[in-house]
Amino acid sequence: MPDASKPGASPPAAKPVPPKPAKKPAVMETEPWEGPLADALRNRFGEAVFLYGIYRGQAFIEIGAEAVSGILEFLKNEEAFDYLVDLTAVHRPDKEKPFEIVWILYSFAKNTRLRVKASVADGGKIPSVAALYSSADWAEREAYDMFGVEFENHPDLKRILMPDEWEGFPLRKEYDIIRQDEDWVRENLKIESAQ
Amino acid sequence: MAETTLAPPAPKATLLDSNELVINMGPQHPSTHGVLRVILKLDGETVLGADCVIGYLHRGVEKIAENRTYQQFAPYVDRMDYVAAVSNGLGYCMAVEKLLDVEIPERAQAVRVILTEINRISSHLLWLGTHALDIGAITPVFLCFREREEALKIFEKYCGARLTTHAFRIGGLQYETHDTFEKDCLAFCDLMEEKLKEYHALLTGNRIWVKRTKGIGILNAADCKDYGVTGPVLRAAGEKWDLRKAQPYSGYEKYDFDLPTAENGDTFDRYMVRMEEMVQSCRIIRQAVESLPSGPIKGKVGRVIKPPPGEAYVSIEAPKGELGYYIVSDGSLNPYRVRVRPPSFVNLGALDKMCRGSLVADVVAIIGTIDIVLGEVDR
Repeated sequence: MPDASKPGASPPAAKPVPPKPAKKPAVMETEPWEGPLADALRNRFGEAVFLYGIYRGQAFIEIGAEAVSGILEFLKNEEAFDYLVDLTAVHRPDKEKPFEIVWILYSFAKNTRLRVKASVADGGKIPSVAALYSSADWAEREAYDMFGVEFENHPDLKRILMPDEWEGFPLRKEYDIIRQDEDWVRENLKIESAQ
Repeated sequence: MAETTLAPPAPKATLLDSNELVINMGPQHPSTHGVLRVILKLDGETVLGADCVIGYLHRGVEKIAENRTYQQFAPYVDRMDYVAAVSNGLGYCMAVEKLLDVEIPERAQAVRVILTEINRISSHLLWLGTHALDIGAITPVFLCFREREEALKIFEKYCGARLTTHAFRIGGLQYETHDTFEKDCLAFCDLMEEKLKEYHALLTGNRIWVKRTKGIGILNAADCKDYGVTGPVLRAAGEKWDLRKAQPYSGYEKYDFDLPTAENGDTFDRYMVRMEEMVQSCRIIRQAVESLPSGPIKGKVGRVIKPPPGEAYVSIEAPKGELGYYIVSDGSLNPYRVRVRPPSFVNLGALDKMCRGSLVADVVAIIGTIDIVLGEVDR
């Protein structure tokens, strides 16, 4: 907008400067999560759980990749988290361990949810929980398909949504939105490019 | 449950076994409800295993989300479960609202409930029509589409679109309801309650229908939980669980309704549960219309939606089961990551379990009874 300085107009009265809004936080503002379940986890696993957090009323823990099997088994068998709602990943390329795997658990008995998060390096392995929760089978395949995260001891880790021979993992941040596996497209769709 | 129910994958056949036959069902098959390919391993007519091949409709919705602003992505979610677009929109809006931490005015919440329940009925009607058609009953599909038309007319009058409605906005509603909104909704409830009797008369006591559905595709409650199967499939197995009751959202705690359940967890039970759910949806719509508050329809949401860095998982009871959105924000205009937890995808994962030991003709009934939409499975 051009400056509102019309010829002849009296200089605008100095407007009271509105107080600057509080600066938006740059990181997730989590509060510590306390409760019987957090205590149980602390007693049982100690150092393996790095963080007990709560954000927007949703509890989550951050754990080491090596403790995944033990903690999920404990949560399922002893704390009645009998439903693995979802398993997914988030790619944060600037971190040392860029792949954050997220397990969203729900307990029918307690009617509560819990998110479990563990980070893994590119090429690192994360234990599969498909033997513990059957729903993890397809979810882990999808996480592998989209991010290239390997799940150890998965019964049949292969692509699920993308074609089997596809090169690259589409949900990684460096994978551009219009990028595609041109060789695959040429070979299978018989066209030069879909773009 | 300590034991695992997931059987190891079938070993690759090296010798030609004359008893076992592998056939491909789909992806171009009318009763797979889209482009689903099922590799069936058969012994005569008995199914030994079913392997789903999916992804034919994969559009990379989660990738698109990272390259759009929060508002720009909202219409895309309608194109996942396109027969229940309103539910998809509600889940997405609620997830972003959770990140923004805004209150939604009561009127907006009530209108959301009304439209979502109408959408539940229209989704169930489409399921009933196509499911009956798959099994061989042609009449129900015409009747169901006739009534579904009335539901779509309400959407059309409200927001101009019939299928991919984009009815809700982050923070509330875009449009105030039209003049005849209440009257139309109540008329639709009257119509449905009348017509449901007609469907029952056609199917419920029909010997062919009962024979084709009773005892078919049984999935018990423990297996449902193990496979993450939710929605009517879980309730038909005897688990009285529905997110509208367990963790009420959008004001569902204000309405009086029952959760229909059944015991056997077979195809017939799932049919009965969904039929009763339509009745309960009518009850909710009536209560919501009669107590529709006045007031604003949009909460305090700015033009620019920029949630603070954080993450949230919000899920709703979609017609097909738990529909969840896990959104990670980095404080910019675009979501950093949007993960959709689609009920169809997860429920389809139990197809192998449900098919084993049944006849090949029943696979069609089982695919129909899970109620999948491939747009949501593949995203």
